[in-house]
Amino acid sequence: MQLIPCPWCGPREEAEFRYGGQAHVAYPEDPSALSDEEWARYVFFRENPSGPFAERWSHSAGCRRWFNAVRDTRTHELLAVYRAGEPAPEVTA
Amino acid sequence: MTSPPGAHLPEHPDFLWDDREPASSYDVVVVGGGGHGLATAYYLAKVHGITNVAVLEKGWLAGGNMARNTTIIRSNYLWDESSGIYEHSLKLWEGLEDDLGYPILFDQRGVLNLAHSLQDVRDSVRRVNANRLNGIDAEWVDPAGVKEICPIVNVSPDVRYPVLGATYQPRAGIAKHDYVAWGYARAAHAMGVHLIQNCEVTGLEVEHGRIAAVRTSRGRIVAGKVALCAAGHSSVLAKMAGIRLPLASHPLQALVSELLEPVHPTVVMSNAVHVYVSQAHKGELVMGAGIDSYNGYGQRGSFHIIEQQMSAALELFPVFARAHLLRTWAGIVDVSPDASPIVGLTPVGGLYLNCGWGTGGFKATPGVGDCFAHTIAHDEPHPYNAPFTLERFTTGALVDEHGAAAVAH
Amino acid sequence: MTFRRPTGGAVDRDTVLRFTFNGQELTGHPGDTLASALLAHGVHEIGGSVKLGRPRGIVAAGSEDPTSLVQVETPFPEPMLLATTVELFDGLVARGLAGQGKLAAEPDPARYDAKHVHCDVLVVGAGPAGLAAALTAARSGARVVLVDEQNQAGGAVLGVDDPSTARWVAEVVAELENTSDVLVLQRTTAFGLYQDGFVLALQKRTDHLGFAAPASRARQRVWRIRTKRTVLATGAHERPVVFPDNDRPGVMLASAARTFLHRYGVLPGSRAVVFATNDSAYLAALDLAQSGVDVPLLLDARPEPPAGLAAECAARGIEVRVGQVTGTEGDRRVTAARVGDELVPCDTLLVSGGWNPVVSLFSQARGTLRYDGGLGAFVPGEELPTVRVAGAATGEFDLAACVRQGQESVGSANEVAVPASDAWRTEEPGLVLWRVPGDDNASFVDLQRDATVTDVLRATGAGLRSLEHIKRYTTIGTAHDQGKTSGMIAAGIVAEALGVDLADQRPTTFRPPYTPVSFAALAGRDRGELHDPVRVTPIHPWHVAHGALFEDVGQWKRPWYYPKPGEDRHAAVLRECRAAREGVALMDGSTLGKIDVQGSDAGKFLDLLYTNMMSTLKVGRIRYGVMCGVDGMVIDDGTVIRIGEERWLVTTTTGNAAKVLDWMEEWLQTEWPHLDVHCTSVTDHWATIPLVGPRSRDVLAAVAPELDVSAAAFEFMTWRDTTIAGVPARVCRISFSGELAYEINVTAWHGLAVWEALIAAGEPYGITPYGTETMHVLRAEKGYPIIGQETDATVTPQDLGMSWVVSKKKPDFIGKRSFARPENLRPDRKQLVGLLPVDPEVLLPEGSQIVGTRELPPPPVPMLGHVTSSYPSAALGRTFALALVRSGRDRVGDTLYVPVGDDLVPVTVTESVLYDREGARRDG
Repeated sequence: MQLIPCPWCGPREEAEFRYGGQAHVAYPEDPSALSDEEWARYVFFRENPSGPFAERWSHSAGCRRWFNAVRDTRTHELLAVYRAGEPAPEVTA
Repeated sequence: MTSPPGAHLPEHPDFLWDDREPASSYDVVVVGGGGHGLATAYYLAKVHGITNVAVLEKGWLAGGNMARNTTIIRSNYLWDESSGIYEHSLKLWEGLEDDLGYPILFDQRGVLNLAHSLQDVRDSVRRVNANRLNGIDAEWVDPAGVKEICPIVNVSPDVRYPVLGATYQPRAGIAKHDYVAWGYARAAHAMGVHLIQNCEVTGLEVEHGRIAAVRTSRGRIVAGKVALCAAGHSSVLAKMAGIRLPLASHPLQALVSELLEPVHPTVVMSNAVHVYVSQAHKGELVMGAGIDSYNGYGQRGSFHIIEQQMSAALELFPVFARAHLLRTWAGIVDVSPDASPIVGLTPVGGLYLNCGWGTGGFKATPGVGDCFAHTIAHDEPHPYNAPFTLERFTTGALVDEHGAAAVAH
Repeated sequence: MTFRRPTGGAVDRDTVLRFTFNGQELTGHPGDTLASALLAHGVHEIGGSVKLGRPRGIVAAGSEDPTSLVQVETPFPEPMLLATTVELFDGLVARGLAGQGKLAAEPDPARYDAKHVHCDVLVVGAGPAGLAAALTAARSGARVVLVDEQNQAGGAVLGVDDPSTARWVAEVVAELENTSDVLVLQRTTAFGLYQDGFVLALQKRTDHLGFAAPASRARQRVWRIRTKRTVLATGAHERPVVFPDNDRPGVMLASAARTFLHRYGVLPGSRAVVFATNDSAYLAALDLAQSGVDVPLLLDARPEPPAGLAAECAARGIEVRVGQVTGTEGDRRVTAARVGDELVPCDTLLVSGGWNPVVSLFSQARGTLRYDGGLGAFVPGEELPTVRVAGAATGEFDLAACVRQGQESVGSANEVAVPASDAWRTEEPGLVLWRVPGDDNASFVDLQRDATVTDVLRATGAGLRSLEHIKRYTTIGTAHDQGKTSGMIAAGIVAEALGVDLADQRPTTFRPPYTPVSFAALAGRDRGELHDPVRVTPIHPWHVAHGALFEDVGQWKRPWYYPKPGEDRHAAVLRECRAAREGVALMDGSTLGKIDVQGSDAGKFLDLLYTNMMSTLKVGRIRYGVMCGVDGMVIDDGTVIRIGEERWLVTTTTGNAAKVLDWMEEWLQTEWPHLDVHCTSVTDHWATIPLVGPRSRDVLAAVAPELDVSAAAFEFMTWRDTTIAGVPARVCRISFSGELAYEINVTAWHGLAVWEALIAAGEPYGITPYGTETMHVLRAEKGYPIIGQETDATVTPQDLGMSWVVSKKKPDFIGKRSFARPENLRPDRKQLVGLLPVDPEVLLPEGSQIVGTRELPPPPVPMLGHVTSSYPSAALGRTFALALVRSGRDRVGDTLYVPVGDDLVPVTVTESVLYDREGARRDG
């Protein structure tokens, strides 16, 4: 069980969190303007890298805030956490 | 005097395969030397006569999910598309030992999928009825029937989530994963397929929309066709050819106990209580845990998932209390949005995709090997994998097996 | 004959413990393990081997032992324990195993629990290095946890005769125990090392007490330790040498014999031959000889035996000879060691092939291992940031050096003094020797798995090169001991066979747990009632008192139906339905999810969330709404009521309450943070009681004197605040049954009282409580879908015949774009319809499939859809069903067929609304 440093509450046990997949995937401005391919890309296609990955977490059994993290998917090590709305920090894995 | 408990297991053959140095080119390069890759190579050679084939494995053959799964084999899926390919696979399993000339310990001991709520019951009956009309053996059994098939299941109404019944597929079962992989490897090798271990693919060369070569840690290999069979690593490989996949790679943990006298005659799965368990041939209890929530390539999961698994297991099987956890491990499963695989052609000519099997890949090994080999040989999908295109995520023609397979595999 | 010495060891000879092994009644003493007690009686044979049925004895003295597997039968059966780790207690009954244990048929009565602890330094292992680390850390003021597998601290010190070091151990332990913020846990094995300093350890709290164990105390406890730094002082395991017939009982590791002697005062036999590749075995030979064991011969595989130790041996009458044991003789116990052509009679053959540092936990922490050619073992490679290794686990065997490493591992300069000791003295380096050539078929590498040198060579001959493959081919290292003593030798033999350097080989992966852990210990308290919380409503006691049967819906217990004496489910449900349609009935709807949505943008937000328009709803009014996922599939439904200009109350299905709240918060926080909206779950704040039926108005009027209940004053799909039975209440005029109905909401505290008041007021009208089954029938008669029953994540609002709930005006809402995907535009999608069996008595099983032909073609049979709901209906006077059917709405009037068992039941397709199509009944 990892410790996840919630940017609002500090480090907490992984079991308190809910995972939200890739971060920074914005809901399209105007979905009706998108082709089926473009819409499918938004609905179903996410990055799945082996290495640093900007992703969303929710401290669901704590402050219930969503935040973002950069985590190395090879080691599962959290490289950075940052609040929603903040840009992804530069990290080196 | 009874004979020792381990006396009856078959020996492996005296010869399996020779390691090969990669040649400079092949008609087909299969990327990934797991069960699917080896089976694909085998059927390419056996059915289609394509033997100038290399299987590239970055580690040791069948050391990924093939070595890490809980070996459950069944075909009782809900949708026609799924039951088609899984039943095709199950039929191949039924002849595989003879086909490969290898004792794969395929044992049709049946599988029970438990229902714990009234909606589980409806969903189960629905699946049983669909299975039967699809020609798949399936029956609905009540709690007393569950008890009869597997006497150690706690069917008392007093537990937190009582067992309200189960679907039962008698032809389902288990096999010994290493034996299966090695059976395919040995047979493929014997037909001239090159098995190349410790050979990591580092790049895919595409020229004029067509695959040209594979770059590896052991040099560049020219390839007429390239077939990806890399499970959890599929996204990374496909990206090398500029293809994005709707997959997420997650850790999936499993565990095994010490050897125990037979207590568990079948396979029991419960989505609601998150358990799947069988007792392997030597007597160890083999269990799968829930998927870890996050993306991960680390082949390790979080221990609280194992603890949850244990409490769920003891709810259903109180007699397991003093069994001992001997070993835990994790694989990397590539999960698609509809919990169904992606098998077929890609926008890149000569590049073929077989991924997204999530937790269900082992049981599909012969079926997908056969169909994928067909797809590669004919450059068009076999009817059984035709529904499992990448395009379905655009059109919306999903094969949503979440209800049938979200947790269990 | 006894092999117990009159003195020595940590056993209490004044107290006699009786035990039974393999049917034989024997005695031992407190402080014994089952193994030491058996050896004291000269019993070496424990069980048989798993494949060949050969006798198996005791090889090691601790948890690394590959062979001494027993089934403990009392106080409760437990399979596959090692005699070397079972502490003796009075009344113990055990039997030896052939590699396979037996689970008890009855439930385990013991308790198990878990405890969390946080510390600065966790030290694993209370040998000299671990004690030094713990003491150094403790003196620096750190919070320290020291866990140790044994029942007392000391580690390797317990296995030698060294009073001054033992005294040092006692002093260190005393100081640790007197230091605040130091927790010393004996009988506690760290079995898993995870990220971020998370270490799991199993403490055996009562096993050693046997029948005297208090039932109130958790038998085993999992410690969940979160530490900033971990020091692994896990020691080393002695490694055997493989030679022909090396598996006979009586063949034992030299250090194990030394431990049995010094810790338990037990001699391993009368006459021992020693086979050494290093100096440590000399010390065992000397100790045993001094204790009265006849040690005729020590064979040293090295070309030059150590002069000093050899001289000491000579002085004790031990012949030291350069050479190797090439086999053994004996039936169920070794009777002679074979040395070339010579047979040396003995009842014990002690072996030492060197030492393997215990690197399992370090490897679990993803530390890399390095092959040390001098040791013939893998040792920790690069340091890890927060995990240090100290003592023999690093390959260091000098006492003072181990203690120094322990101190350095916690980065402190505190000097911990350890007295000089000659208990582990060495003169010459050891020789790495994996095996002695001979009959490979009888040369056992893994004694538990019956895997021999022949098996290893077959594997390499079969073309296998990876140790992982060879392990799988031979099964070496897969038994309960996970190859603690066999894995390194197997790697060595493979390297020799393949002519490769072990330094280039990757060892097989070490995985948790380090030693086996019972399932029950890991399940802890999360069993039975505590497996998952049970949620009940404030009215639950009434339901129980009135004989309700319950349905699990998520974590909730909901009344399913209320059978009267002699009624089965159908009879009860028909009665309950009749009451709702003809008189008055009520149910407990408190489990419905309720979310209070507030803020100036709440209307805008709900417009994005629901398929229909919510922002236009007027205060005081109610609207039904449907939510879809981005894929356009229905995920939930419920009513939305507008409480104020900036305040709304959203209801969800019981099972989806938490998911919908999560869904709302996710969109608000991650996509639309600019919206001024706040969502709060108020599910548990309210008790909710639908009051249903033509006489519901009368009942409501009786309990709500301030409320004008007339149809004109209190319109459908509006709500009123009022007082019911003296309690503030909100009443919504909504109906999930098609009947005149009111949904009464009061604070949960008053729920039961209001329910009872309604029952009392309804008495003249025969008010009837009903459960979820009747609710399902009533809504099905009206064609209302249940999320999760009529839907399965592949169903759109249009499929449900609810295009009317999908706004054409709104530019966007979640899921809208997906409705335009090709698959969603197909005319042959499955659509919700009603089915009437041609025979009105026939009840279709829910989940039945539907086909179009009177006769079934051979499989695969084309299926048109399935039955989602099916009931006998009091109102319709017949059975009916709802179904999802391909192009269903175009098939209204058609006859389709439902396979039921071996029959094909003809059914007529109808509209989904079967009762009161005009909606005439909702105003009463």
